[in-house]
Amino acid sequence: MVQFFIDNFPLLRDAFLKTLELSVLAGLLALVLGTLLAAFRVSPITPLRGLATFYVETFRNTPLTVVFFFIIFGLPQIDFAVGFFTGAVLSVGLYTAAFVCEAVRSGINAVPPGQAEAARAIGLTFGQSLREVVLPQAFRTVVPPLGNVFIAMVKNTSIAAGFAVTELTASLQRLSNANGGDILLVLVAVVIGYMLITLPTAYVVGRVERRVAILR
Amino acid sequence: MRTTRPFAALAALATAGVVLAGCSSDAGNQAEDAADNSAAVETDVEFEAGTTMAELNEAGTITIGTKYDQPGFGLLNPSGTPEGFDVEIGKIIAAKLGIPEEGIKYVETVSANREPFLQNGQADIVVATYTINDKRKEVVDFAGPYYVAGQDIMVAAGNPEGIEGPDDLAGKNVCSVEGSTPAENIRTNYPQATLTLFDVYSKCADALTNGQVDAVTTDNVILTGLVAGNPDGFELVGNPFTEEPYGIGLAKGDQAFRDFINDTLEESFEDGSWADAWDATAGAISGQEAPEPPTVDRY
Repeated sequence: MVQFFIDNFPLLRDAFLKTLELSVLAGLLALVLGTLLAAFRVSPITPLRGLATFYVETFRNTPLTVVFFFIIFGLPQIDFAVGFFTGAVLSVGLYTAAFVCEAVRSGINAVPPGQAEAARAIGLTFGQSLREVVLPQAFRTVVPPLGNVFIAMVKNTSIAAGFAVTELTASLQRLSNANGGDILLVLVAVVIGYMLITLPTAYVVGRVERRVAILR
Repeated sequence: MRTTRPFAALAALATAGVVLAGCSSDAGNQAEDAADNSAAVETDVEFEAGTTMAELNEAGTITIGTKYDQPGFGLLNPSGTPEGFDVEIGKIIAAKLGIPEEGIKYVETVSANREPFLQNGQADIVVATYTINDKRKEVVDFAGPYYVAGQDIMVAAGNPEGIEGPDDLAGKNVCSVEGSTPAENIRTNYPQATLTLFDVYSKCADALTNGQVDAVTTDNVILTGLVAGNPDGFELVGNPFTEEPYGIGLAKGDQAFRDFINDTLEESFEDGSWADAWDATAGAISGQEAPEPPTVDRY
């Protein structure tokens, strides 16, 4: 058993790092884009609201595998090819952004409207009131749901295994075919790999949640 | 294919669908052909008590693991039964055990679950483009081979990159399936080729169509099925560079059952039922005549 892990360590390590890299890059993209979309969805400008709503409904209601198909095999047909890893980051990031947007929007809606009204009343612009008053309060309430979104996203990166990215789930396929007798060990190794990412994420989310908790 | 399309993803999906549909319509014909020449079921067979053969004969049913996604070898037809050369081989063995076609229960085996299915008894035998190798012999036993495939290369029609063999893959982007023996072979023996690995071969075909990869490599029998699905888009290099003996997997240590299957295979090589099975399935798709049967390896 130890021998199995020693023999396959380089592959498992590279696969783990690939999953981590994919998770971090897609997570950043989702966080930035999702927050921007949430701002659009509460903005007073109708076309922006419509755009963001259209985006969210499109990506939230499309299976991630189909998003992957679109980015990896669809875009090249309109002469817009991206690399397989970039495609995976885009697929997971764009998809998760829709969920981040909805989590952040729920947080914005949880901020009493009086806060925004007061901010506007003292002369802040819409952007300023959002940046300085509403969003800081909103992010506090959305830490736990955002944590859920990101943990789900880490597991969603496994779809990339089917689209030419050698991450943990792809290594599962490779190792299980090469070591038919050690399927259990292969599974354990891969599960540990995912937990090395998701458990610290959950821990950090818990810490952040306690730190920013508002005393009301 | 480089035209502007508003629903490119749908187009990509549709392409995959057409490929699959193309295969299944061929498969539909196979069913009729195969029905005509199914091996006659043995009615009065006696097996020594306690053997696997006696147990299966007594039960009147056998569970066969096969692939559901390999045109010509094991492909699920629209009505939900698998068809192909592997399936016909399974029927020949079942018939010799005195089990009629209705008594055969199929389970889908993919590359990753063939050994566990045999070890846990979820399948009595596995006939699933299953390459015999030493690592697998450690956990299961093999009868056969009943067919020897070879790794080959598929390229875009006209062979724009001029790929004639595995040595020409250096610096090229070559597609295969993660975890497969052909991918492992490229990784080990032709490290200068860049590997792109998907989970199914139909995606490799899409990537080749899009020009995202230069070539697709795996066993020639699988590539033949892909070329048959899109003869204008793809062509086979036709220069096999490995030998992949396909065996019938069974539980480790069941020597009597293995001998029985080997005897059955040799018999089918001689009486022509093996060649008939080929002509009705893989041969019907590829248009190739039945090759010389391989020599059974009683290791």
